[in-house]
Amino acid sequence: MVSGVNSVVPVLCFRAAADQRMIKFVLMVNRQGQTRLSRYYQPVELSRRAALEADVVRCCLTRKKDQCSFVEYKDFKLVYRQYAALYIVVGVTDTENELSIYELVHNFVEVLDKYFSRVSELDIMFNLDRVHIILDEMIQNGHIVETNKSRILAPLTALDKMADG
Amino acid sequence: MALKIVKGSIDRMFDKNLQDLVRGIRNHKEDEAKYISTCIDEIKQELKQDNIAVKANAVCKLTYLQMLGYDVSWAAFNIVEVMSSSKFTYKRIGYLAASQCFHESTDVIMLTTNQIRKDLSSPNQYDTGVALTGLSCFVTPDLARDLANDIMTLVSHGDCVKRKRCSVLIMYKVFLKYPESLRPAFPRLKEKLEDPDPGVQSAAVNVICELARRNPKNYLSLAPLFFKLMTSSTNNWVLIKIIKLFGALTPLEPRLGKKLIEPLTNLIHSTSAMSLLYECVNTVIAGQYCSSVGSVVLCVQKLRILIEDSDQNLKYLGLLAMSKILKTHPKSVQSHKDLILQCLDDKDESIRLRALDLLYGMVSKKNLMEIVKKLMLHVDKAEGTTYRDELLTKIIDICSQSNYQYITNFEWSVSQPVTPHPPGISVSWWTIRVFAVAQMATLLDNAHLLTGSMQRNGICEVLYAAAWICGEFSEHLENPLQTLEAMLRPKVATLPGHIQAVYVQNAAKLFATVLKSQEGNTDSTTAQETSQLMIDRLPLFVQSANLEVQERASCILQLVKYIQKLQQKDVEVAEEVIALFAGELNPVAPKAQKKVPVPEGLDLDAWINEPPSESESEDEQPKAIFAKEEPKHSRPRHTEVDEKELARRREARKQEQANNPFYIKASPSSQKVYQDAPGVEHIPVVQIDLSVPLKVPGLPMSDQYVKLEEERRQKERAEKKKKEKKKRKEKRSGRGKKHDSGPESEEDITPAHMVDIVTEEMPENALPSDDDDKDPNDPHKALDIDLDKPLADSEKLPVRSHRAAEAPKSPAEDGDAESAATQEPKKKSGKEKREKKKDKDRDRKVSLKCSVSLQIQFSTSRIFNELSPSSFWVFNEKKSSKHKKKKQKKEKEEKEKKKKKKKHHHHHHHSDGGGEESVQNGTVEEEEPLPVSVYDIQGNLQDGSQVVVSVIFENKCDSFLKSMEFNVLDSLNSKLQRPEGSGPHDGLTVPFQLPPGVSNEARFVFTVQSIVMPQKLKGTLTFIVKDSSTHEKLDFKLHFTCTSYLITTPCYSDAFAKLLESGDLKGSSVRLEGVNMPFHHLLARICFHHHFSVVERIDSCASMYSRSIQGHHVCLLVKTSGQTVSIDAKCDEPTLLGNVLDEIKQTFSQC
Repeated sequence: MVSGVNSVVPVLCFRAAADQRMIKFVLMVNRQGQTRLSRYYQPVELSRRAALEADVVRCCLTRKKDQCSFVEYKDFKLVYRQYAALYIVVGVTDTENELSIYELVHNFVEVLDKYFSRVSELDIMFNLDRVHIILDEMIQNGHIVETNKSRILAPLTALDKMADG
Repeated sequence: MALKIVKGSIDRMFDKNLQDLVRGIRNHKEDEAKYISTCIDEIKQELKQDNIAVKANAVCKLTYLQMLGYDVSWAAFNIVEVMSSSKFTYKRIGYLAASQCFHESTDVIMLTTNQIRKDLSSPNQYDTGVALTGLSCFVTPDLARDLANDIMTLVSHGDCVKRKRCSVLIMYKVFLKYPESLRPAFPRLKEKLEDPDPGVQSAAVNVICELARRNPKNYLSLAPLFFKLMTSSTNNWVLIKIIKLFGALTPLEPRLGKKLIEPLTNLIHSTSAMSLLYECVNTVIAGQYCSSVGSVVLCVQKLRILIEDSDQNLKYLGLLAMSKILKTHPKSVQSHKDLILQCLDDKDESIRLRALDLLYGMVSKKNLMEIVKKLMLHVDKAEGTTYRDELLTKIIDICSQSNYQYITNFEWSVSQPVTPHPPGISVSWWTIRVFAVAQMATLLDNAHLLTGSMQRNGICEVLYAAAWICGEFSEHLENPLQTLEAMLRPKVATLPGHIQAVYVQNAAKLFATVLKSQEGNTDSTTAQETSQLMIDRLPLFVQSANLEVQERASCILQLVKYIQKLQQKDVEVAEEVIALFAGELNPVAPKAQKKVPVPEGLDLDAWINEPPSESESEDEQPKAIFAKEEPKHSRPRHTEVDEKELARRREARKQEQANNPFYIKASPSSQKVYQDAPGVEHIPVVQIDLSVPLKVPGLPMSDQYVKLEEERRQKERAEKKKKEKKKRKEKRSGRGKKHDSGPESEEDITPAHMVDIVTEEMPENALPSDDDDKDPNDPHKALDIDLDKPLADSEKLPVRSHRAAEAPKSPAEDGDAESAATQEPKKKSGKEKREKKKDKDRDRKVSLKCSVSLQIQFSTSRIFNELSPSSFWVFNEKKSSKHKKKKQKKEKEEKEKKKKKKKHHHHHHHSDGGGEESVQNGTVEEEEPLPVSVYDIQGNLQDGSQVVVSVIFENKCDSFLKSMEFNVLDSLNSKLQRPEGSGPHDGLTVPFQLPPGVSNEARFVFTVQSIVMPQKLKGTLTFIVKDSSTHEKLDFKLHFTCTSYLITTPCYSDAFAKLLESGDLKGSSVRLEGVNMPFHHLLARICFHHHFSVVERIDSCASMYSRSIQGHHVCLLVKTSGQTVSIDAKCDEPTLLGNVLDEIKQTFSQC
């Protein structure tokens, strides 16, 4: 029995987590700046989330199509992609490979597309929990864990079968 | 039963589901907030219902609302409820909500431990998955420690989905929160690298990559494995991770770099995935591959392709990577200057900014002027102000980098209208001051041209600098009066405040100069006119809204008025006025102030004199402009003057300053300018004045002497040089051209002036730079563990299926741990830290406990028991003889079991004497085949009359058990809460079945009316053994002690004193004899077993406090003398107090 209980004070954790290489959050927002999905892989206080989201969205919405999809934001980076009226914004730490995240976002949308067959904003709004399952399947703990479409969808299809049966 | 279900589904039909909520929000665009608040009210109603479906639905909606930014932390308990639903569809919703809303400080997390453990070991892989996902989001150090072993078991689980997730999330997060688990877990993690399943493999790579990034040396041994993976894997995401890992490893093992270079180059050549290419290039750049210039060239070539690509993203990344190469191989990047300059024309601002960054590094003496010229063109074209500002800053940075080393022609530099750095330059190189001053005077004269158009974009900052230069070096001005006039134009009032302040200040300096120049004149009209001009114009500034301007202006106005009076009396004032601004400026290193060592015996926080009233007025001087060279008064020209002379002069000047009422505001060169904290001005900053060689970190001493020497020589030549200036310039341009072709020409370019780059001043004994200081709080530090050492016994993961919460609290345990720690060499670094942490941890626990309820205490007492069974009751030996029949039947089995010593000990709450037949509080004792232990009892804080009892059922027999029903014979006081519609004697169905050897947990809520008395409840458990289809029955007793109703609540001593003073409390006391243990152990024991917290402790006397779930205060005063302990207690409920004291007494009678 190891009794030296290692405690890391939460505040410090948050701070130190900033130097990890990881995805900090995934956001889905529409052109009006309304959040459609948010997933944080690092604890952010609720009160700060709204402000952060608004700011992040503003950052991305103001960019033109001919501008690149990476934005340096405070001490981390944003990678975003626009799909029709929907933006997917991923906050990553400085050391994360932007392109791989950029490709991941597309992969994510392809998976959504496959599951919802031509996904739309409404699909995401009305099936938030399912979108979360897909996202959790792909990103865990701020790291990419699965990119194979059918493997990502396997639990969800099983779940749907369970609900039907 | 069936009716209930129907009822539930009807309820649900009328409830809003998530879809309705979303729709509703969309339909109430105008009054969204109002709509949502009604929804929240509905949700609160729904949460109150017993139907889990309704609750899940409500929680689902809450998750959505949480996303919209509404606080749903009040529903945390309900979320836990939904999480513990046995139906996956609901459980999933609960976990999703938890993962979104819970964080480390959410107190109910403590309640989830068993639920998560159960789900982790669930045969349903989706349960496991959802639990893992959730856990990754809200894992706490406690959860990490308690669940580490479960997770490790899962890692070797046959199911691939589970394994994959396990390794990733848990391991990494668990390691972070509970570093002790890393060593035991590492071999398994290593195995997973070679797992046939790509998902698992990539997960393991992920984890190790993250671990290795922080403590790479521990993972060097894995390099061959990764090398194999890298050459065989086809998954780009995994490859990227592996390459990143190698990036971390190579600095430690140079040979690895050589080996890697080939596969990396191959990848760079072959891959079509840009992200992989980018990663390879990045690694090659970052790694220690300097030996092969070829690979760098290849990278640069590839990056060029990226930059030339039409895809903006690639272009951006190309530039980003390029700037990294620039740091190590500037030459190879410089050849692509054309491309980078092209990027400046890009439509995308972020690309232009990247290109600018690159340019900064590409500047050389040769191309500086060309680049700046290009940039200036861009400044003209730039549309956005931010970009324009950035451009300007970059130009300045470029020019000033490395102490202006690339600037060969300062006239050129100063004449750039946008360069707000002249103060720096002109302070450093007085040779060009004359020129600068002339330039600036013209600039000021034409300021009206600038102000109109430039105000909005910060270019007027240059006026700030110009004014300062003109004032400071006014002796070089050809026509100071004219400049003075220009500075006092009414238009100036439209400038930003800080510029006006400088204007006013420097107007005074100019005024002094004018007076001085007029001194000799017999005709004093000019002087008097100047005074009049000042008096006329200054009131404009006195009215300024900017405080600093106002203050300076009014001071100077008064001064000038006084001077005017003196003038009218024909007193010679010029000498004195000029003395106000005496002093020479010398560049000071940016960090100089910080490095002044604090002399011994100096307390910076103590007031030496009474607090200064207005000494800070000048602190507001915007420092941005002086960032590089801070003006300081010191006299480098007097290097040769000996120390004594210097000291004498300094003394004299101090005297002068002391006598001068205007000193404080007199000049920006005052000592006080850069001191922010009040009271600091008494530090002997004078040290900086010493013109002896100063230590500059990073520069060899000889270097400094050379520079100093140069400086000195230069001073002697100063006059001569000025005359030769023109000649030299011609010469230079000629030579410059000649050498431009040669690559090594840079060193040969002769600057326009023999301007030496002055070593920035640093105080003596400047402390060495401590930039590389590592963050002591870095959680990764804890993971710096040698993984190759064999495991010690003490390191085994706590194999415990229950919470191991407070083990270290036991004093005996503490001792063990310490000795274990000393034995274990790998802990040598961490030991001390951990000891400290332990203390912290304890504090934290206590605070957690207060919010969580009784649960923790229960589990802790259990562990305590396990550890020192002799001092406590061992209940399973007290198998009740009630079921003789069964006992006979399974006697053999039971013996075996005892030998093995069950994992699930029956715990109880301290109280009744050891040998009692009844089962202790919260302990259910049972026969084979189903030993049951009550695991914990949680008081519900929201509801002072509810207690949750969690029971762990463990099947110890070989048969499958099903249809378990749990029933308790209610007493008047305590009742088992049964679902609506069931009778008072109906049993509750345990919502699971038990395969052999499996344990599971169920919760039962009890309503307790009065908590002042301990209670025992009798109960039965019925179940069917599948094989024999026999109906079996087990009796047990539940013991609710009074202490179990107490909640550890911290209390401050003042609140405690107030409580005692209030007089509402009734007293009682108890004496314990023959207690043979240190006082702090005694206290720990009371805290630990009886949920008290220590309020204050003085020597052998301590006050303690606790609170019951119904809000009774319990205060103790514990005193010890010899082996006698006396406890005086006060409580607003005497019966409760009496029982608690009895229980305490019993605890100590055991030891």
